[in-house]
Amino acid sequence: MTSTTPPTGTGALAKREARLAWTLLAPTVISVSLVVILPLLAIFWISFKPFTLSDLRPPAPVVRESLRGSGDDLRIEYRLRNSSQEIAIDGVTLSDVLPDGVVAGEVAAPCVLDGQELFCDFGTLEGGQRERIRIPVAIDGDPESFEDVVETSEPRVTGSGPNVLTNLDFSLENYARVFDGSEFWGVLWVTLFYTVFGTVGALVMGLFAALLLNKSFKGQGFIRGLYLFPYVAPVIAVAFTWVTLFDPFSGSANALLIQMGLTNAPINFFGERPLALIMVTVFEIWRYFPLSFLFILARMQSIDSSMYEAADMDGASPFQKFWLLSIPQLLGILSVLFLLRFIWTFNKFDDIFLLTGGNAGTRTLTVNVYEQAFAISNIGAGAAVAVVILLCLIAFSFVFFRYISREEGL
Amino acid sequence: MRKGYITGPVLGALWLVIIASTIAVTMSFATGATFRPQVGLGLVWGAVAGLTYVAFPARHAPARLAVSVLLGLSCLSGLGPVLIGPDTSVQASFITIIAVAVVMHLSLAEILKELPFAELTRHEFEDAVIRFCTGFGYIFFTAIVVIPFYVMVMTSLKSQQALLQNPLDFSVDLSQGTALFRSYTELFRDFNFGTYLWTSFYVSVLTVFITLLFSVPGAYAVARFRFKGQKAFSRSILLIYMVPMIVLALPIYIAFSITGLRNSILGIVMVYPVTTIPVALYMLQGYFRGLPTEVEEAGLMDGLSRLAVIWKITLPLSLPALASVSLYVFMIAWNEFLLAFMLLDDPSKFTLTRGVTMLNSSEIPRQHLMAGAVIATLPIMALFLGLERFMTKGLTAGSVKG
Repeated sequence: MTSTTPPTGTGALAKREARLAWTLLAPTVISVSLVVILPLLAIFWISFKPFTLSDLRPPAPVVRESLRGSGDDLRIEYRLRNSSQEIAIDGVTLSDVLPDGVVAGEVAAPCVLDGQELFCDFGTLEGGQRERIRIPVAIDGDPESFEDVVETSEPRVTGSGPNVLTNLDFSLENYARVFDGSEFWGVLWVTLFYTVFGTVGALVMGLFAALLLNKSFKGQGFIRGLYLFPYVAPVIAVAFTWVTLFDPFSGSANALLIQMGLTNAPINFFGERPLALIMVTVFEIWRYFPLSFLFILARMQSIDSSMYEAADMDGASPFQKFWLLSIPQLLGILSVLFLLRFIWTFNKFDDIFLLTGGNAGTRTLTVNVYEQAFAISNIGAGAAVAVVILLCLIAFSFVFFRYISREEGL
Repeated sequence: MRKGYITGPVLGALWLVIIASTIAVTMSFATGATFRPQVGLGLVWGAVAGLTYVAFPARHAPARLAVSVLLGLSCLSGLGPVLIGPDTSVQASFITIIAVAVVMHLSLAEILKELPFAELTRHEFEDAVIRFCTGFGYIFFTAIVVIPFYVMVMTSLKSQQALLQNPLDFSVDLSQGTALFRSYTELFRDFNFGTYLWTSFYVSVLTVFITLLFSVPGAYAVARFRFKGQKAFSRSILLIYMVPMIVLALPIYIAFSITGLRNSILGIVMVYPVTTIPVALYMLQGYFRGLPTEVEEAGLMDGLSRLAVIWKITLPLSLPALASVSLYVFMIAWNEFLLAFMLLDDPSKFTLTRGVTMLNSSEIPRQHLMAGAVIATLPIMALFLGLERFMTKGLTAGSVKG
């Protein structure tokens, strides 16, 4: 029986195409999920844990083996200790194979000797506890050469302490700490100031620069390249240059201001509230105006010139042409740039970290992640701040896809 | 407002203040001597000049020339637009005077070009204002871009005492010969910068290769095939753009600490490409979409497999796009700071950016830090200037990755 209805569902060819597509995408998907998705999930997990920097090295038994004594009084010594001073380790055992030619004497508890195989069971090792095991041995041969043989045979130790990361204890302590007090709102305010003014400033400057270069003349390419320098140069280079330039003691900017009589005493540009916040925002504008400039210029050059010719015929003045023709044409790219730059400025970490280290009232949310996790060495709290950032970003990207998708047809 | 005898002096006054400030700042940075723009006097002088230029429309009218020369010479008296300090060398003063006179004459003649003395039409007025703004824009943008880089290079050539003595004095004593570059030789000799340069280079190149290896097939699949989840996939690629690095760096730091990948180049090479694959994939799929499918279909008809089509047809056609993407990815990897800073502690494994961060301490003199910054900047600038066309295209296509 053959059916006469047209086939429904996906055909074999379409299936093969989809399979090939996913095969080609597989490396990307796998690597991105390993380095992006997995860490994001980990961030959520850690944010509910009392996890500090010192928990990175979980407590473990540490053992050292040596051959001691001389002549008839030879002994193998194992020295065992808990690497942590506070946390106990459970199920600590030690096992080792004595090399051939070594005859062990009497073995004391908690160890047993079976042939050449030594096994000791210590049970629980308290924080800071040390154990020492001496095994008298007789050696047929030169003790000197046996020293190496004995010491290179690594004893195996087992035993593990409680791992904060993998157990199922959760707490809201990190969030309580993050939202506690006025600090969080201060950080949020700084972030918003930095993001809004940094984004708008870079857009306005970019628009201005694009207007300058939106005509062809000799050297236009050179100037365009020059204006991209701040963006292309490594952030460490330009950030440290700014720090040097605005240094209160040996900075040229202060020297210039004093010489011109604009100020009497040197100004600590990156060390005073609220000047430091303004300065990092200015740096952000300086560094990213080239990007807006590049995009706006590209859009400007694609505007149909016949529109301007028509406006000329109708007697429109230059300002009218700018406000009534150019701006509406550029509105699309401007809003796309605004949203994307807004998100990117919100995410910015390097610039502020290098300029002020988050001091003098310039701590944004991203810098706060670092501060909590590494300066206060509370990784859990840092993760909680990161979760707050992610929640903000989800809100932003919602807006982004609602508006940008229409503009750019993504 | 729209009268030639008002517009001219107003623009002239503002323009002279701008020019005087520019020349004063330039001369200060070049010589270290005292130059000060005088705003009040500048406004007065500029108004006079503007009025003269509007009143005498001929391009090089004697009255215009006379006023400009007078402007220049007035700087000598201390009543001019630029105040020259007492201990300034004769040449510097001379250059300042010439600069004020020549620049003022040429630029004012351009700005107030064809501006009648009396009533202005809207067009004439706005054109003059636009020319004024354009001039200001060029000076402003060039200054803000050039000054930091100038300070960076010049500081690296100075000695600590000279720097503290007069932070403005960037004049370079050429008679020292190669001793001028002592900060650089010290960095390469005592701070291992040769190794860092090499590490940064091969890490960046590896990142470019791995990124292309992963993103080319992916981009092709997104651009050419129809499959369920295609749209969701391209969107999530964009979303990954938006995840801040510091949020990812934290768990990566933890994972690498536990697995022992911290402090190893292998770990860096594993992480860098993943940060660039989404960008590269996004850029490439846009380009692939623009390629005609007919050529590929012809290849398929002739018995090539899909992979062979990609290798033999699509890739050769998209070489310019591959160049842009590679340059862009190279730039990101070369400039990357945060991951290198968090994951590398061992000075023998530093990348260049991490090495420069190490120089930022109070024990190491400033000029070393600046020399390090120059070393980090120069290669990327050379690449950028040499391949500006590709780079600009890459930057534009790379959307707005920060």
